[in-house]
Amino acid sequence: MPSRSSPGAPMNRRVVITGIGVVAPGDPGVKAFWERVTSGSSATRPISFFDPAPYRSRIAAECDFDPVREGLSAQEVRRLDRAAQFAVVCAREALADAGLDPDDLPSERTGVSLGSAVGCTTKLEWEYAVVSDAGRLWEVDHTYAVPHLYDYFTPGSLAAEVAWVAGAEGPVTVVSAGCTSGLDAVGHGCELIGEGSADVVIAGGTDAPISPITVACFDAILATSNHNDDPEHAMRPFDRTRNGFVLAEGAAVLVLEELGHARRRGARAIAEITGFANRSNAYHMTGLRTDGREMAEAIRAALAEARLAPEAVGYVNAHGTGTKQNDRHETAAFKAALGPHAYDVPISSIKSMIGHSLGAIGSIEIAACALAIEHGVVPPTANLHEPDPELDLDYVPLTAREKRLDAVLTVGSGFGGFQSAMVLQRPGAVA
Amino acid sequence: MSAVVTGIGVVAPNGLGTAEFWRRTLDGESGIGPITRFDASRYPVRLAGEVPGFTAADHVPGRLVPQTDRGTQLALAATDWALEDADAHPGDFGDFDMGVATAASAGGFEFGQRELQNLWRLGPRHVSAYQSFAWFYAVNAGQISIRHGMRGPIGINVSEQAGGLDAVAQARRLVRKRTALVVTGAVDASLCPWGLVAQIPGGRLSTSGDPGAAYLPFAAGARGHLPGEGGAILIVEDADHARRRGAPHLYGEIAGYRATFDPAPRTGRPSRLASAVRGALDDAGMAAGDIDVVFADGAGVPELDRAEAEALAEVFGRCGVPVTAPKSMTGRLNAGGAALDLAAALLSIRDGVIPPTAGVVQPDESYGLDLVTRTRRATVGAALVLARGYGGFNAAMVVRRCPQAAPRPARAAAITQGEGT
Repeated sequence: MPSRSSPGAPMNRRVVITGIGVVAPGDPGVKAFWERVTSGSSATRPISFFDPAPYRSRIAAECDFDPVREGLSAQEVRRLDRAAQFAVVCAREALADAGLDPDDLPSERTGVSLGSAVGCTTKLEWEYAVVSDAGRLWEVDHTYAVPHLYDYFTPGSLAAEVAWVAGAEGPVTVVSAGCTSGLDAVGHGCELIGEGSADVVIAGGTDAPISPITVACFDAILATSNHNDDPEHAMRPFDRTRNGFVLAEGAAVLVLEELGHARRRGARAIAEITGFANRSNAYHMTGLRTDGREMAEAIRAALAEARLAPEAVGYVNAHGTGTKQNDRHETAAFKAALGPHAYDVPISSIKSMIGHSLGAIGSIEIAACALAIEHGVVPPTANLHEPDPELDLDYVPLTAREKRLDAVLTVGSGFGGFQSAMVLQRPGAVA
Repeated sequence: MSAVVTGIGVVAPNGLGTAEFWRRTLDGESGIGPITRFDASRYPVRLAGEVPGFTAADHVPGRLVPQTDRGTQLALAATDWALEDADAHPGDFGDFDMGVATAASAGGFEFGQRELQNLWRLGPRHVSAYQSFAWFYAVNAGQISIRHGMRGPIGINVSEQAGGLDAVAQARRLVRKRTALVVTGAVDASLCPWGLVAQIPGGRLSTSGDPGAAYLPFAAGARGHLPGEGGAILIVEDADHARRRGAPHLYGEIAGYRATFDPAPRTGRPSRLASAVRGALDDAGMAAGDIDVVFADGAGVPELDRAEAEALAEVFGRCGVPVTAPKSMTGRLNAGGAALDLAAALLSIRDGVIPPTAGVVQPDESYGLDLVTRTRRATVGAALVLARGYGGFNAAMVVRRCPQAAPRPARAAAITQGEGT
């Protein structure tokens, strides 16, 4: 069997991040994002996209995103769901950051792997409201359906839009694994490069779920915070008074490149991705066991792929959703996988500042990890004023810290029971 | 190491379970009929491939029934049957040694339509607590892993029809990275008014009212395709591991795979489908002449059929290989359809028979295809399966007979003698 470019050969070729694009709550762009997640102040506010009065949780972390100002054409604005708009804008920023002109990319050696938990849910919902006449019709009226409705229905369209931006004609897919989608999609991108199926993969995640049905879903299972009177301090990961996450939107897209490909063109490597793994807890679609066994296993497998000892990890980007059970679950997982080092390593949740953007957040957090390595700064956990005595690790409360980082770990956990872990390292720090 | 399929579970419009599906497929019995799951009389599309006679409570634990969409219930049943077929008992494996890599084009959209209606008619407090995890695209993979205690790696691809093959390629990756057993394939089901209406504006659905003639891939005068529900779940394992544990069937090896993506519409650049085919052959270390049958995507839309036929002619030459699209009997099942085609390809290898593109009487001769329109006996050592996903996704997969698999006799009884090969 040919091993040179066989899909499914074990990871051997090395993968570096050479470009980053981010649309996060607050202003779009990598610069605004990095300032936000090192500031210790949150972008959470009352929901402005629709009247949230009938809902239990009435707050969200919204992006101040003007698609026209971000360079989208009139047709793109009309055609694309907000999640697709984010992805396209991020892909353009990431390619520019990497110094790559799509015309110069080897089209068949370029792939796309984009994560999304809920796809084009916002467009889907508003179009549903039209064809159903606000829920009156079960046999919804097709004469009111918009031309691109099927693109919203099956979110492969998100990857397609990014592929068109990059001129990618290699493997293109969406990875939709719920809230680990952003991590899993980048992990899949690394697989594609590692096995030789592509030299460049535009990888990331996007979600724009701030719409009535998503807010209602999370209301129904009490997953989101109802600190409605204090939106900026509503999301309190690892805090004794935490009571859920704040729903968010956003996207991050990375240019992943095979190391030799990046070197040959003299590209700046921001970080190297050296390990990735995921596992299922096979326990519950939304519930977590307290022992964190499966997340710990994912962390161990990712570290093993990176050939790193736990002590080498200089920072852990936590899932940190601020639900009672998540923060307990992952604290247990860190102790199980990292041993005594769990007590020494700084751990933080940037969701405390930009909320939980479902399938996007995993890739946004990878972007944060790459930037943390580049700048030598550990982002803080905002709103952590009253530590939970049960949670006894160093969660970097309130204030960012300067620290040289050679290796960082980021984790994700989501519906379906999925647990993911990825290791990033300083370029050149890898043997 | 090589990844082999050891178990197949089918839920198809023309058969619940592999045996029934395969018998009907070889007999050319279609599962296409008038839509019965809702009143479709007001729609221009009134035919579909519905899975008949499936009662969730017979196949899914009672407490799961109200928590899951029909598509997930079908997927859970197909998974049970695939594991049974493979004689694989999850308790015999380490929990981290079993993974799930499936594809989806939709989530639980019938469930979702009901909850959207509750929200918009009655208000947010009427939305089910199950909606958050019943509708989303990862639901089948999550429920499968929970049902069988599978705690290994997970993957969910969305690339419409192509996803069904992308998922199996992911399963092969996981097996090569030493996950012992992977549940893969796909089941898609969104035959609800919302699911049908989502597809109407695209203009690819057939508005014919004749179940025997509405979806005719590669036919002269093809008028589009029909939607359907169902798919196939496959069990993929490392060949040596499967042999060691005495797996009863080694249906075939996942020998080659390549995915490509078409240039944007209106750029004038050609489809990359032929390149996917060549890539899959390269990956398998095989030449075009080694392929005994192609299971085509067969969109039934003239411009798409023509592009696919051109790609096949480019690689195999005109009429260079038998081509079939048995999905004319099921409708397009999206990601589930590609997985079902892969199941059919493996059964072709097992039985030495090529199922027909039933219903097609007059192939468009300008395509230059050797289209199998009646069941044909043939020695099938290797098959190529193609899947094209809406938006430009191309996937090609080669499956071939396992070197030491015990040969099985051809099923002579149900085979109509075909066009003489």
